[in-house]
Amino acid sequence: MSGRIVPILMPKWGLSMKQGTLSSWLVEEGSEISPGDEIMDVETDKIANALEATDGGLLRKRVGMAGETYPVRALLGVLAPPSVPDSEIDAYVASFTAPVVEEADDEEPVRLFLDLPVGRIRYAERPGDGIPVLLVHGFGGDLDNWLFNIDALAEAGSVVALDLPGHGQSVKSVAAPSLTTMTDAVIGLMDSLGVARAHLVGHSMGGLVAGRIGIDRPDRVASITLIAAAGLGEEINGAYLDGFVSASSRRDLKPALAHLFADQGLVNRSMVEDVLKYKRLDGVGAFLEALRGTLFPGDRQATDIADDLAGIGCPCHAIWGAEDAIIPAAHAGAVEGATVIDGAGHMVQMEKAAEVNRLILSWTSS
Amino acid sequence: MARTLSMKDAINEALDQEMGRDPTVVVLGEDIVGGTGSPGEDDAWGGAMGVTKGLIHKHPGQLIDTPLSESAYIGAAIGAATCGLRPVAELMFVDFMGVCLDQIFNQAAKFRYMFGGKAETPVVIRATCGAGFRAAAQHSQMLTPIFTHIPGLKVVCPSNAYDTKGLLIQSIRDNDPVIFLEHKNLYDRETDVPEESYAIPFGEASIAREGTDVTIVTYGMMVPYSLEASETLKREGIDVEVIDLRTLSPIDLDTVFESVEMTGRLVCVDEANPRCSIASDVAAAVAQEAFGSLKGPVAMVTAPHAPVPFSSALEDLYIPSPERIADGVRQTMGERSS
Amino acid sequence: MNNPFPLSREGLLTAYRRMRTIREFEERLHVEFATGDIAGFVHLYAGEEAAGVGIMMHLEDHDRIASTHRGHGHCIAKGVDVKAMMAEIYGKATGACAGKGGSMHIADLSRGMMGANGILGAGAPLICGAGLAAQKLGHDGVGITFFGDGASNQGTVLESMNLAAIWNLPVIFVVENNGYAESTSVDYAVASDSYVDRAAGFGMPGITVDGTDFFAVYEAAGEVIRRAREGGGPSLLECKMIRFYGHFEGDAQTYRAPGENEANRQHRDCLKIFTGKILEAGVVETGELAVIDSEVADLIEDALEGAKAAPLPSAAELTTDVYVTY
Ligand SMILES: Cc1ncc(C[n+]2csc(CCOP(=O)(O)OP(=O)(O)O)c2C)c(N)n1
Ligand SMILES: [Mg+2]
Repeated sequence: MSGRIVPILMPKWGLSMKQGTLSSWLVEEGSEISPGDEIMDVETDKIANALEATDGGLLRKRVGMAGETYPVRALLGVLAPPSVPDSEIDAYVASFTAPVVEEADDEEPVRLFLDLPVGRIRYAERPGDGIPVLLVHGFGGDLDNWLFNIDALAEAGSVVALDLPGHGQSVKSVAAPSLTTMTDAVIGLMDSLGVARAHLVGHSMGGLVAGRIGIDRPDRVASITLIAAAGLGEEINGAYLDGFVSASSRRDLKPALAHLFADQGLVNRSMVEDVLKYKRLDGVGAFLEALRGTLFPGDRQATDIADDLAGIGCPCHAIWGAEDAIIPAAHAGAVEGATVIDGAGHMVQMEKAAEVNRLILSWTSS
Repeated sequence: MARTLSMKDAINEALDQEMGRDPTVVVLGEDIVGGTGSPGEDDAWGGAMGVTKGLIHKHPGQLIDTPLSESAYIGAAIGAATCGLRPVAELMFVDFMGVCLDQIFNQAAKFRYMFGGKAETPVVIRATCGAGFRAAAQHSQMLTPIFTHIPGLKVVCPSNAYDTKGLLIQSIRDNDPVIFLEHKNLYDRETDVPEESYAIPFGEASIAREGTDVTIVTYGMMVPYSLEASETLKREGIDVEVIDLRTLSPIDLDTVFESVEMTGRLVCVDEANPRCSIASDVAAAVAQEAFGSLKGPVAMVTAPHAPVPFSSALEDLYIPSPERIADGVRQTMGERSS
Repeated sequence: MNNPFPLSREGLLTAYRRMRTIREFEERLHVEFATGDIAGFVHLYAGEEAAGVGIMMHLEDHDRIASTHRGHGHCIAKGVDVKAMMAEIYGKATGACAGKGGSMHIADLSRGMMGANGILGAGAPLICGAGLAAQKLGHDGVGITFFGDGASNQGTVLESMNLAAIWNLPVIFVVENNGYAESTSVDYAVASDSYVDRAAGFGMPGITVDGTDFFAVYEAAGEVIRRAREGGGPSLLECKMIRFYGHFEGDAQTYRAPGENEANRQHRDCLKIFTGKILEAGVVETGELAVIDSEVADLIEDALEGAKAAPLPSAAELTTDVYVTY
C-alpha cells in the first residue's frame, strides 16, 4: 500500500553533488505540506538552500536528523495520509532502499564544450523529448545559476544551459563584448547542437539576450521566459555592479552578492569562493568592465526591448522576485501577466526554485 | 568530471603559463631541467621532485640549470629582477636558505626601502618545506618565521593545488620579492584547478571551513590536518572554523579577528617550531586586538622546540597530527566551564 | 715474497676489508631500500670506495673528516661502527645518532668523523675549524673535507680554501669528482677543467688522481697529509671517480649514456682494479680475500638483522639533546 506513502529524499543539486547535510527541519511532524513549501535547510559543499517540497501531504515522519550528512536520494522524511497506520510507515522506512543512481548519471561529463567563432563555449545538456528549454544566465553568472532548475526542468524534456562568452568556463578573451556577442553565442550553440527552436529562459542580462533573440530570430524561438530580466526599463543597481565588478576579495564580494538575494543567508562561503574563482581568471575583470560599459553605461540600462517584445509572435512570460534589489520588480509590468513572487530577490530561480520550475514547465510543456 | 590537478602539476602549469605570457619570466635552479652537459636525456630531472619536468621543451631559453651555488644564482636572480627580468629561482629545500640568506634578507628584502622607494625586485624564490618525508634535520624544516620576520619579503605557503597555481601566478606578477614555500607532502594532493590562468591576491586568508565554536588559524600542510581534526570534532558536537592564512606576509589578521570575535576561541596550528612562530604571532595579535572576545586562553599546536628528527617514530610525534590538533581544540573548549 | 706496494700485506688486507665492507654495505642497502623498509634519502658510495679508503688509511682518530650527503663510505673508512650506522639508517635507538640523524647525518666524533652533511659545502668551513683547533691545541691532527664536483661550486668551499691558505691550516680539500651533481654534468657546471689550477689560485698545491686506483689515491693522499701534518699547509686532492648507482636511491638516471653503468662496473670498478693488482703481484691469495668477503658479508648481515630488530627511539627522545644543559 506504499503507493500512498511519498518519500522526501536528499536532493541532487548539480552533477557533482554526492551528499548533503540536513542543517535543520523547517516543518514539524504532523504538519500538512503543500508543494513549494520549504521543508528543510540542506547544505552541500557548494551551496546552502531550503529544500522545497515537490509533493504535498501530511508529514508523518522526519527520518533525517538535523546536523547529519546523507547521500543523494537518501530517505529524509515520509508523507502519507492519516489513514496509513504508523506500523506501515515504520515498515516503509525500514525497507527503504535509495533508488539506484543510474550509472550513466555519474558518467555524464560535467563539462561539455563547443568551439564557436567567439571561442570555446561550455554548456550542459539534459537529453529529453520535445523542444529544448535553453537557459541563459545573467551578467557575471554561469550555468550553475540554474542548479535548482536544470534537473527539475529535465523531468519534462530536453534542457540545455550555457556559459555565455566571458562567463563561467567559456572563452574569456572577447574583444568589445556586446549584446550581439551574447546572442550570437546562443544562436551558435543552437546551430551546433542542431536545435532549430528552443524555449528560451533568460535570467537578468540573459533575459535581455533571450528577448533580443526572440525579436530578431522569431523562427528559432518557441517561447520566452524572462526572469528578473534586463531590457525592460532603465534602472539597474549601480552599486551592485560596482561592487561585483571591482571586488577581488571575499570581504568585498560578499556584500555585493548579498544584493542578489532576499535571504542573504544564502550567500555562503562556497558561493563567494566560486564567484571569486571566476573573477580571478585572467581576462574576466576587463571583460566585465567592458560588457558593463556597453550594456549598463552610467548605471542605466542602455537597451530597452519592451516595445519590440510586445509585438513578437511567440508567448512571452516574466517572473520576478518581489524584493529584487538589482532590477526593480516594477519592470515586470512590461510583460503582460508577469508573476511576481514574494520573499525572493534577484536570484528568484534559486530562492523560489520550485515555484519558478513549475511556472516554466507550465509554459513550456503546453 | 571537472579537471583535477596535483599541487606539483599546478606549479608546473603556473610556470608554463607565465613563461608563455611573459618572455621575461625565467626559471632557474639546480637540476630544474636536468642532464645539462650530461650524455643522456635532457630534461632528465625536471627538479628534484619533477615539478618543472617538460617545461624546457615548451620554453627553451627560459629555464636555466644552475651550478650548486645558491648564493650566486639566487643572488643573480635578485639582481636580474632589478634589471628587467622576472626570475623564479628554485631552492630545492628551504633548509638551504642559509647558504644564500644574505642575498635574500639584506639585498632583495631591503632594496625598495633602502633606495627610497625607487627599486622593484620582482623575484620569486620557490622552495619545498616541511616534515614528513623522513628527510631529517636539514631537509624538513618550515622556517616560515625566518622570512616573515623580515620586512620587504612576501611569504606564501599554500595548502592546496588551486591556491598554489593562483598564488604562484600572483607571485610572479608581483613586483616584490616573494618566498614561495611548497610543502612536499602536499605535492601529490589534487584539487579542481581551472585550466586558465588566474591570480589570487596576497593578504587574503581563505576560510577552509566555516564553524561557530572555535577558530583554528593555520597554513600549509596543517590545513588538511586541521580539517581532518574538525571532522572528528564535529562528531563531538564542536563546530570548528578553519582559517587558511595562505600568505604569511602580508597576513590577513582581519579575517582572524572576525572569526575569533564570533567563536571566542582560538587554536593556532603551526608546523614550524613554536618560538617566534606564525602561531605565536597570530596569538599575540589576537591578544592585542580581540582580547575582549576570547572566552579562554589561546591554544597552540606546533612542532616542539627541537630539530626535525629522522626516525619515523620521532618524526611522527614531531609533526602536529590531527589528533593533537583536536586535543588543542578540546582544551580551549574546556576553558568555558572553568 | 716481493711486495711492490706502499702498504704491508696486512695494510693491503685492511684496505681491502674496508673497501669490501663499504661495497657490501651499500649494495645491501640498495636491495633493502627497494623493499620500502628504509625511509628518507639514501646516497650510496658504491664505486667510490678507493678514494675514501685510500685517504683514510693515513688517518688516526685525532684526524678529523667532514663528510657529505654521500657519507657511508667515509664513515666506514674512518672506523665508525657498521652496526651503529645501519641502525641509524633504520632510525633505531641503537643508531650512531640514536636514530635522530639518519643516513645523511651519521657522525662519530670519537672517531674524528664530524658528520655526513645534508648541506653541500658545509664541511669545508668546519674542517678549517678542525685545522685551527689542531694548530692552537698543538697536535699534529689534520682535517679533511670531502665534497663533490657539484659542491665544489659552493661559496663556502672557495672561502674556506682561501681561509685555510692564509692561515696555513693543516687541511686537505678532497674533490670527489664523479662527473655528476645529481643529473648535471661537471663539464657544464664547473668553470675550469682543472681543480689543480683552482688550488693554484689560492696558492696551495693540487693533485688530480684516478680515484678508481686505490694506490694512486693512497700515494697522493700520503703526500698532502704529510705536508699538512708537518705544518706545510693545505692542499687540494681531486679524485676522479664514478658512482655505481643513481644520485639517490630512486633516481632513474636517464641523464647517463646508454650502457654507461655497465661499462663502469666492468672497466672502472675500483675494487676489481685493486684486487687485480694485489693478486697479480702475488702478495695476497684469492682465498684470503674470500675469507674477508665472507666475514664482511656476515658482518653486514648481522648489522642489518640487528638494525631491523632494534627498538625505535622512545617518545621522550623527541625533545632531548637540543641543548647540553637545560
Ligand atoms: C646547499 C645545498 N644545495 C643543494 C643540495 C641538494 N643536493 C644534494 S646532493 C646534490 C648533488 C651533489 O653533487 P656533488 O657535489 O657532485 O656530489 P655527488 O652527489 O656527486 O657525490 C645536491 C644538489 C644540498 N644538499 N645542499
Ligand atoms: Mg658529483
